[in-house]
Amino acid sequence: MSRLSITLNRDDVAEAKKTAKTIVDDVFHFINKHTTDTIERTVLRYFGVDGVDAGEAPLPNVVVDHLKKKGVLDTGSAYWISNACVATGKDPQTIAEAVGTNAMDLTAVPSQPLEKVYRFAEETANKALDRVESMRNTRDGLLTGLGDNRKPYKYVIVATGNIYEDVSQARAASEQGADIIAVIRSTAQSLLDYVPYGPTTEGFGGTYATQENFRIMRQALDEIAVEQKRYIRLTNYASGLCMPEIAMMASWEGLDFLLNDSMYGILFRDINMKRTFVDQYFSRLIVALSGITINTGEDNYLTTSDAIEKAYAVTASQLINEAFAKKAGMKEAYMGLGHAFEINPDIENGFLYELAHALLSRELFPNATLKYMPPTKFMTGNVFKGYAMNTLFNLASVFTGQDIQLLGMLTEAIHTPYLQDRYLAILNANYVFNNARILGYELEVKKGGFIEKRANEVLSEALTLLKHTEKVGLMSAIREAHFADISRSEEGGKGLSGVHRKSEGYYNPVLNELEKRLGIEVES
Amino acid sequence: MNEANGKVFIDPKQLTSYGDATNDGAVQLSFTLPIPHGALAKEAAKKFVQNLGFDKSEIVTMEDMKEGYTFFVVYGHTQKTIDISKIKVMEVNFRVMSREETDAFIQEKIGRPLVVVGATVESDAHTVGLDAILNMKGYHGDYGLERYKMFTVHNMGSQVLCEEVVRKVKETKADALLISQIVTQKNIHIQNLTKLMDLLEIEGVRKDLLAIIGGPRISYELALELGYDVGFGSGTVPSQVASYIATTLSERTEMA
Repeated sequence: MSRLSITLNRDDVAEAKKTAKTIVDDVFHFINKHTTDTIERTVLRYFGVDGVDAGEAPLPNVVVDHLKKKGVLDTGSAYWISNACVATGKDPQTIAEAVGTNAMDLTAVPSQPLEKVYRFAEETANKALDRVESMRNTRDGLLTGLGDNRKPYKYVIVATGNIYEDVSQARAASEQGADIIAVIRSTAQSLLDYVPYGPTTEGFGGTYATQENFRIMRQALDEIAVEQKRYIRLTNYASGLCMPEIAMMASWEGLDFLLNDSMYGILFRDINMKRTFVDQYFSRLIVALSGITINTGEDNYLTTSDAIEKAYAVTASQLINEAFAKKAGMKEAYMGLGHAFEINPDIENGFLYELAHALLSRELFPNATLKYMPPTKFMTGNVFKGYAMNTLFNLASVFTGQDIQLLGMLTEAIHTPYLQDRYLAILNANYVFNNARILGYELEVKKGGFIEKRANEVLSEALTLLKHTEKVGLMSAIREAHFADISRSEEGGKGLSGVHRKSEGYYNPVLNELEKRLGIEVES
Repeated sequence: MNEANGKVFIDPKQLTSYGDATNDGAVQLSFTLPIPHGALAKEAAKKFVQNLGFDKSEIVTMEDMKEGYTFFVVYGHTQKTIDISKIKVMEVNFRVMSREETDAFIQEKIGRPLVVVGATVESDAHTVGLDAILNMKGYHGDYGLERYKMFTVHNMGSQVLCEEVVRKVKETKADALLISQIVTQKNIHIQNLTKLMDLLEIEGVRKDLLAIIGGPRISYELALELGYDVGFGSGTVPSQVASYIATTLSERTEMA
């Protein structure tokens, strides 16, 4: 049985993929030469540095800031912490605590034989990454044992601000049939240049992403898996100024999905593009080794631009996200490339446009785990109409074979979802998915008809944008506002001061080992 | 029910809701009770609705949402009425003009382009409302302020600190300030808007500025309460905001 399909212009597909790769390869000339504050903090975290100092500052931040002050961060945090460990015989956490109380200056520790320092660092990195792989194996084992849930996966968000209340809402949602629980972050977290510590019970529009919160929710979902004999996936957000650190925590605590986009932070959070490009690579290496599925943020393009006029920007961004993910050794099945159901509901045949765009994504990325986002822009206080729109959205998804269905909430335009809104959303999806389960296998799209033509039109427009981007470079194309109609400069935005050119002696055993385990060859 | 000459009589002094007959007082409710599905939950829901003022009610569905939560849809009938002759509403009075009309109006009455600064402030990361009003593209086929000849727009985007907004207002000598607030959990929008207004006043830029707020939970009353000139809720299109800015500022110019 084959699913609903359309015929795309083969030359355009090949050319688009090739162009996206060239665009991304070009950015790697920059990426490979740089590191960032959050990458160095991530290395420390894998070395076991955690907790906060007396002033509540996370110790990885304290150590990295110390190295910055001494002007030696461009050698990499791994060298300095390992040198101190070898010299004192203490573990990285104890060393970090000493730095936190100003009892130790890492640059004043006598240099130990490099061979010893590197051996210590490599062993530490290897041990950490072994654990990451074992978390992955645990998940794979659970999925094999319990069997995977049917697609489209029903993805819902909890956002109470209190991790313990999130747990009880997540339990209710999974019992109602949700397959994926996303704990949405407190609204400004992406702009914090540190990751808060410990369990949290206060947040705005969401719950802080902390390692402890990850652990609490994972444990709750694992209990549900045992009770219901059904694996429930956990999602969080590796975006903003701490992309790799969040990825590290997710890899450590067994999260399944991470929102992670190569350009989202630049465009929608005004995070510096150099910072984002360097960070996204390291975070995706972690994700690739962890078997975490990324969710990209193309849906956001359509909240600032028109969904028909700028459909091609979504496609172009998906291709760029795919190319970046491949560079980090990710397999296609772990790429949750995003798109959204955001066409103005007053447009005649709007549903046909939606089908065309959804099929374009499906056809262009046949092996990806596509993420489909619900209507938000045209949702109003009329919850009844909103519920109807969500029904069409669910139909489009099951019909065109999407993988991750972020369920639309009837109160989207009003407030964070009530428990009952989530319940009604799951009810809607269950009804539609069940009723139209094999619709896409029974019907065919008319050859050369409206839908097929429209999909090819968007593809060709996307190719035009990619060709231009290839010519001027991705950074310039972003400056020219080709993505989401938003212009960002190379030197603008938040976080640029945390980007550092690697020195000759730069050393990062976590990066080296990740690239080695993923079979990535780095051109120097 | 009152009937005169076969026509249904609606009494403005004793108005009630309408289901399928005048004065039936019918209301549709849906809510969750944090107790397990069952006979007790059903009785509790009935009593709850009664306490809300619905003498007659019918629970049309009671569904188990698991984890000790139950969902209800209830149709209630109330005896309560309101006297609408005593209600005063605050409405912003201005004529909504087309883009061309507004441009011509500003040209004629003020004679220079108006400077507009827009932002979503502090923790709020959502620009959808702000962009709908400001971006070229606009919303629902109604072009945004950037498309107008007589507006110079500075869209600062999301999560802008109040201090930054005030700085921008001073720097650009803004005529109007547009602040959008979408996230309203725990009334964070009230805190943000209060902080901004305080700063505008401290910095001495409030008086000459048309301060406008918008968002799904923003009303005219709330705007006035917080010291702003006007508030626009959901469904507002750019031409309304543009017309309001043009007419209000021209009145101010005339008065001065």
